[in-house]
Amino acid sequence: MKLPSWAWTLIALGLLCLAPWYFSSSSALTLLSQMGIAILICQSFQLLWSQGGMLSFGHAIYVGAGSFLAIHSLKLMGAGMLHFPVILVPLLGGLAGLLLAMLLGWITTRKAGTALAMISLGLGELVWTLALMWPEAFGGEGGLSANRVVGLAPWGLNLASPLQMYGLIAAHTVAGTLLLMGFVQTPMGRLLNAVRDNAERVAFLGYNPHVIRYGAFLLAGFIAGVAGGLAALNHEIFTTDMLHAERSGSYLLFTILGGSSLLLGPLMGGVLMVLCLSLLSTYTPAWMLYVGVLFMGVVMFVPGGLSEGRLQQGQSLRRSVAWHRWWVGCLRLLASVCVMAGMGVLIEMAYHLPQLSVLGPQLTRMGWVLDVQDMSPWWISACMVLMGTGLHLWLRPPQDAQRAKEPQP
Amino acid sequence: MESLFLAALNGLSYGMLLFMLSAGLTVIFSMMGVLNFAHASFYMVGAYLASTLANIWGFAWALVLAPLCVGLLGMVFERYGLRRVSRQGHVAELLLTFGLSFLLLEMVQLVWGRGSVSYLIPETLQGSLFTLYDMPFSRYRAFIMALAAVVLLLLWLALVRTRIGLILQAALTHAKAVQALGHNVPRIFTGVFAGGAALAGLAGVLGGNLFVTEPGMAATVGSVLFVVVVVGGLGSLMGAFVASLVLGLVQTLCLEIALIRPWAPVLPFLLMVLMLSLRAQGLMGQRGA
Repeated sequence: MKLPSWAWTLIALGLLCLAPWYFSSSSALTLLSQMGIAILICQSFQLLWSQGGMLSFGHAIYVGAGSFLAIHSLKLMGAGMLHFPVILVPLLGGLAGLLLAMLLGWITTRKAGTALAMISLGLGELVWTLALMWPEAFGGEGGLSANRVVGLAPWGLNLASPLQMYGLIAAHTVAGTLLLMGFVQTPMGRLLNAVRDNAERVAFLGYNPHVIRYGAFLLAGFIAGVAGGLAALNHEIFTTDMLHAERSGSYLLFTILGGSSLLLGPLMGGVLMVLCLSLLSTYTPAWMLYVGVLFMGVVMFVPGGLSEGRLQQGQSLRRSVAWHRWWVGCLRLLASVCVMAGMGVLIEMAYHLPQLSVLGPQLTRMGWVLDVQDMSPWWISACMVLMGTGLHLWLRPPQDAQRAKEPQP
Repeated sequence: MESLFLAALNGLSYGMLLFMLSAGLTVIFSMMGVLNFAHASFYMVGAYLASTLANIWGFAWALVLAPLCVGLLGMVFERYGLRRVSRQGHVAELLLTFGLSFLLLEMVQLVWGRGSVSYLIPETLQGSLFTLYDMPFSRYRAFIMALAAVVLLLLWLALVRTRIGLILQAALTHAKAVQALGHNVPRIFTGVFAGGAALAGLAGVLGGNLFVTEPGMAATVGSVLFVVVVVGGLGSLMGAFVASLVLGLVQTLCLEIALIRPWAPVLPFLLMVLMLSLRAQGLMGQRGA
């Protein structure tokens, strides 16, 4: 039975909501909370990217604006100068994201595509540098911290327990999903898709593409701000790092890894982001290299991202399987595994070399002990890579006739 | 006042360096439609390669070999990476270069470590060329200006005076017609990409010891580079030239004036916002481009 992607998304979100009863340890709850926030950020990015064709390289400033206002309102509430229910603080964050998007969105969304990428990058740098120049308000290097158990607590919702915090995050993630699902059904959502596909035609129909892009940008800014507010509540800290281009880059990277499927994409992207940033990074120092390679591989061979999972040359691949005997496929799979294992060993050992004097020559990965100073693992893994690549090239299916016919750009 | 004149000279040399980068970026963009996010990474790789080569064989070899290596890297990337995704449109290409910038940063840190490396100005170029009102003007900056001027002039001559340059110019605007005339346009693209990368590598060789060779250098130059391209107008070589010099001057001069010194880091970006709100297409960009 084939379920539509929204059904998968609802199942996944349901699991995410029920997860705390199964994974009850506090570290699991921390991870789950981060995932909820990351999914919301990816959803906001997805709205811009897959629905509007806008590739923002400065999305972190809208998330950061939300965190910034949330932390300041928490501080004011702590000082008794503001009486406000603490569970509504994420909405304040959303307001901050919306205001910043109002301010910067108009010049960002004038053109889509390449121009927008550059302008959003520049604006992101502008906001980040301004924040660094004003340490009294933005906390400088050390950041700003606040306590979240302040202000009004209607129905006992004071967010003192991590479980309550997680509940708040999960509620917002579900709300974000529903909002996104609803938005694409509205005339505005349809127009946004039309602008993405052919802005000129939309202009001829009498709509202003710039205004439509701007509207979507505002909504994305709002969702990003809400996510930022949740992050501020969850971590009780704001740092200027949250505004940095590196952060924007990772939002972009993981959303695109997640893929262009409206709901499932951000979900996978957000989960992957937290898994990579929090788990993979503790496991291996080479994690950024792996993420980079994975990203380039996805861009080259799986254009729809992981959630679509459709290979670029799916057609030719299927045909090649039909042409060849089954063991060719098996051998190619074996060759791929061979190359990946060899590369993995080489990369891990190479990353270990600079720390030789500190950590010693021994290196343990997946229960295997490798000796960096011994030459044999280097040779063996290099041979595995070479042989695997050779086998792969040798067994390559004949070039698809379709591909040769297509004109070069 | 005297210090301003000298600062202007320094700014001019920095602007020339910026133009070496933005020229490649602009030509690649206007020919292939690819905004190369990895351009600043090529600059960084050039600087790192030069630091190693200069320690082994000396600066002169680094000056020749490092750009060649970076050009080769660009060629391989274009041939086996960009050309594969070009059918999916320009945004996919942009994403691929973004991934490459990510990867190159990680590779550089793997090979050369996460700190800065020692890369010194060669002895013959150390010291000052002349002093102006008791202020020295560094010999190396003069060398950078001269070399950049010569390289860019040669490239310009090659572009307008040679047959290859003619084909290249034609491919810039009418790629399909040039293809139909029997020229291998994809190969021209590869060559242009490699040339742009090599130019960025050369800028890295020159900039690496003028500034610091460290993993953050790509991000520092990269953001300024995009400001140059936006201010100059996307795809306009002349605009990139003017904007490079203006930004080089602005960034150096504002350090001399006490009143605006604290604002120095944001000035390029403010300039960009100002340009976008007054004249969205940039200094010399075409409307609708």
